[in-house]
Formats: sequence, C-alpha cells, structure tokens
Amino acid sequence: MLRGYAVLYLIFLYAPIALLPIFAFNDGSIIAFPLQGFTTRWFSELWTNSALHNAVQNSLFIAVMTAVFATLLGICAARAGAMASFPGKQGILGFVMLPLVLPEIIVAVSLLIVLRQVLGLQLSNWSVIAAHVLICTPFSIAILNGAFQNLDPAMEEAAMDLGESRWSAFRLITLPLVMPGIVSSLLISFTISLDEFIIAFFLTGTNPTMPVYIWGLLRFPGQLPVVMALGTILVALSIILLTIAEYYRRRGLARAGVADTGGFL
Amino acid sequence: MTRPLIHLESIHKYYGDYHALRGIDLDIRPGEFFSLLGPSGCGKTTLLRTIAGFEDVSSGNMFIDGRDMKRVPANQRPTNMVFQSYAIFPHLTVAENVGFGLRRDPRPKAEKAKAVEEALEMVGLRGYGKRAAHALSGGQRQRVALARALILKPKVLLLDEPLSALDKKMREQMQVELIRLQRSVGITFILVTHDQEEALVMSDRIAVMFEGEIGQMADPETLYRRPNSRRVAEFIGKMNILPGHVTEGGPGVTVDVAGLGRAEVATEQAPGGVVAGDTAVGIRPETLAILFEGEETTRRVVEGVVDEVVYYGDMTYYDVRVDGVPEPLNISMKNLIGRPVLDVGTRTRVAWDERSLVVLAR
Repeated sequence: MLRGYAVLYLIFLYAPIALLPIFAFNDGSIIAFPLQGFTTRWFSELWTNSALHNAVQNSLFIAVMTAVFATLLGICAARAGAMASFPGKQGILGFVMLPLVLPEIIVAVSLLIVLRQVLGLQLSNWSVIAAHVLICTPFSIAILNGAFQNLDPAMEEAAMDLGESRWSAFRLITLPLVMPGIVSSLLISFTISLDEFIIAFFLTGTNPTMPVYIWGLLRFPGQLPVVMALGTILVALSIILLTIAEYYRRRGLARAGVADTGGFL
Repeated sequence: MTRPLIHLESIHKYYGDYHALRGIDLDIRPGEFFSLLGPSGCGKTTLLRTIAGFEDVSSGNMFIDGRDMKRVPANQRPTNMVFQSYAIFPHLTVAENVGFGLRRDPRPKAEKAKAVEEALEMVGLRGYGKRAAHALSGGQRQRVALARALILKPKVLLLDEPLSALDKKMREQMQVELIRLQRSVGITFILVTHDQEEALVMSDRIAVMFEGEIGQMADPETLYRRPNSRRVAEFIGKMNILPGHVTEGGPGVTVDVAGLGRAEVATEQAPGGVVAGDTAVGIRPETLAILFEGEETTRRVVEGVVDEVVYYGDMTYYDVRVDGVPEPLNISMKNLIGRPVLDVGTRTRVAWDERSLVVLAR
C-alpha cells in the first residue's frame, strides 16, 4: 500500500518536470503531443538571446552575493549558538529562523515599501540581494548549526594551549571541521537565490533576473520551447548543486566521526 | 623548602555575582603530583583553568616558575592541559595531533617526527601515528591527549578529570600509568578530580575544595586520618560522625562521645583546633572491630545490635546500632578464615580505640 502511494507521489512530483526535457528537444513550437522530432534548435536560440544573457548574469551575481552573505551570517549565528551563552539566546535563535516560514510575498511587499517609501532608494540587484540574504540565512544557519554543534569547544582551547593564537586556532581546527558545512551552505543559498521568483519580481529594478525574464517570455507562445530548454538546464543545474552540497555535508560528518542526523537530501 | 613552582596568592574569581573562587592561596612544588579534589561546582576546574590561562582572575596574584602570569595568555604559559573531553582534533592523524604543538618549533621536520614517535612510545601508542584520530577508543584518545601535551615539555601538566570518561577497569590501569609517567618525566602534574579514591591513590598532596575555598590541603594519609573538618571527613572515605562534647583539660583533650563514653585524645587528633563545648567526633569504619565469639581485646568495648549486613566477598560491611549513638555505626571487617558473617539482629560487641578518634571542628 505504502509503496503504491510513494510511487504515485513521485509520478505526481516529477512527471511535469520530466516534460521539460521532452519538449525542449521537440522540433515544433507548439507544446503538444505527438512529438515532432528531435532538435537542439531551442538551445541554440538560448545561446544567441542577449536579453536572456543579461538576466542570467544578474541572477548569477545576485546568487553568488546572496550565498556569500547568507553563509557569513550563518557562520556567526551558528558559532554563537554553539559556543557562546548569553541572555535570551534561545529566543534570539528562534527569531533568526523565522524567515524560513514567512510567506515570501509578505517579505517582498514589506521590503518594497521599506526600500521605496521609507528609505527612498532605487531598486537594483542589491535590493534583491538583501531580500535573498534574508530568506537564505535561516537555511544557512540550519546547515551550519549541525556543523558547529558537533564541535567540542575545548578543541579551540586545546589548540591555544598548544601555542596557537585565537585566530589560528579557529583557522586550523574549527574552520576545516566546519568547511563542508560552509560549502554546503554556499551551494544551497546559491540555488535558492537563483530560482527565487516572487521577491525578485517585486524588487528587481530595470534589469530582470532569470526567473522574472522567463515569466516575461510566457506571454509569447512562440517562445515556450525556449523556456522549456532553459528550464531543462536549470533543473539539471539545481540537481547537480544540491548533490554536491549533500556530498560535502556528509563528508563533513564522516570526517568528524559523528552519526548522520538528517539534512536536506 | 625549595621555591614553589606555582604560587597562588588570594585568587578570587567572580562570574557576575557568583563568587567562584574565594581567596585561594596555594604553593605547588616542582615535580609534585598535586590534586584538586571536591564535589562538582566547588571551583576546582575554574582554578585549573585560571592556571592554564583560559580564565582571568578577578583579583590576586599568580606566579609560575617565578614569573607573574598577569595578562599572560594561555598560548604563552609553560602549562599544557589534558581536557576532560580530550579535545582530540578529529580531522588530523594521531601523529598530527601529537605534533600540533611543534608547529612553531624551528627544528627540522625529521627531528620533529622523531619527537612525535618518542611521545607516542612514552604513552604506549608506538606505531599509531598514521591512524585517523577520530577512530580511536576512549583510552587511546586519552593517551594521545597526554602525548600531545607532554611533547612540549611543559613545566606543569594540567589534567581536567582525565579519567572520568573511562570505564572502571581502564581507569584503574590509567591511574597506575599516569603515576609511572609522572615519575619518569618529572613534570609537575595538577589533577582535577571529584573521585576521592583517585586523588588518594595518585597524589603527593591534595587540596580539598568546597564552594570556592580550600577546606584542607595535605598529603593523602593526613587527609584521611586527620581531616580538619566534618565536610572533609565526610567527603574523603567513609566516616562515622558522633556527637561529642569537649571538656577542657590536661595536655590532651578530653571529649565525651555519645554512646562510647569519655575519651582522652592527643591534640593532633583535633587538627581543626579545639574549643570547649559541643563538637563532632569522627571514627573510621575500619578502626572499629566486631568482637566475634570468644575474641577478647584490651581496647574499649561497647555493645550493639547488627542492623544491616552487606557482604562484599573480601569484606563485610556492618551497620551496628549502639545505645546512645544516633546513627548506626559503620564497621568494615575483613573476612578472615574462621570469621562468620553475622545475621541482622545479632547482639555483638564492638571494639574501638581512643587513638582513632578525630575531633572535628564545626
């Protein structure tokens, strides 16, 4: 029984995604069966579309920046959560995780109001980065918490006791042990930012990100196969990045010799 | 006395309002095996960490090898520490762990590798250098932690409950090995432990700590036989505590002990000092003896009834109720040939000796 449900669920989940590559290679501008034959035409069209290139560039820039900032913030929070104790620690750490369940549309609208009405700033890639950092940081903290909580705080002290300074103790002991968590956090933040739509839609300035650009393409039925081709590439890229992230997370646990407790994949 | 290696002068430590160390004065001699013993929360680990330089002192002076330790950070002190969790670096090999402290050592690589190999051999882990540190057993981690700290030839080795994570058998074996190691390297060891037996077995001297203060500091035998207060007496080993009343007199001390009667004791049997009036009197279970059928003694005798019997194989532990003594007396008897094990409810005689009484302050 359970197995039957699981199979149905997987079909429901992945069948639409499976359509992407099928129609991306279909030689016909209408998305319908029967298939017309094999072509890579839509992919070459991607290659020559300069508006798309700009959108991709924007998205990559935003995703890289988001990944770096979210991970830096995540390191600080996770380290404080694991090693320091201060009044109200539990409450503060709980609040930091809140954006994880906050509806993105609310984040988007309120940020738009703050940026435009309250601060009077122009929308740009940086406004999207700020919002993406907001939603990615909880993921980063969740990943890095695991890495930091497995650390014995006495290890940095031991390194200092053996002659190292505070910074070199962190660099030689803590950093290598949490590095897999950092890589994993970078990759997941990057992926989340790369295909985030709602916030980007509200907060992009004159140059859209890739998801916003794709949404724009949907108004032209003739462009649909191109969207399919682009979608195929994105799905492949997401899967690859998440797999790498999970690989690093598990390697980190194995290196520290602790049991696996969850994770995203 | 030779110049102390470690000299502490009225060390105080506050965490906010909490007064963790309340005026510690301490001298530790070079080459000594010194233990800080006490219940959890007594400040013994805090004291060790201030010596290591992980905690600042709020006031007071600390000298190690004649050098003032004020504002000297942990990485510049002539001390090394074995942590309770061992704090082995799991991403490094055993040899990299042991050689960690030599990173800033200018000697050539081959010499350092030799030093690592020697350190491993010293703790009985020869040939383990290439293994991954996280794959070691508890006892092996302990040895790696020891080798890692000793390779720097510190003036003082600080050990924070190093045996508490090991099982009983392993613990006893490591106790013996630690003593042997300490004698062979000649380094001063300071051990923190809550296990009084461990402290008695291993130390040259012990400081018993309660609530941020040193209750008594002495060699194990003095500590056991002449505790200076009731809490030290009760913390170290087992002690029968009886109410007593000191009446002044003579060169010695005259004390009325509840249930046992009047006794004359020497002044050194009251190491905490004597004041006339109500007091507590201690007597160890092994200095009391059950007189079995037909046995006679020149010692003093009281009568009692066996209240409880615990048979331990080599020993039998009795609780004997004696008229006038509020709590049953604990008596431990070796099970020698021909000695019966008494049943609960048996009337028996108990022999005791004035020389084994301790008059306890407070």
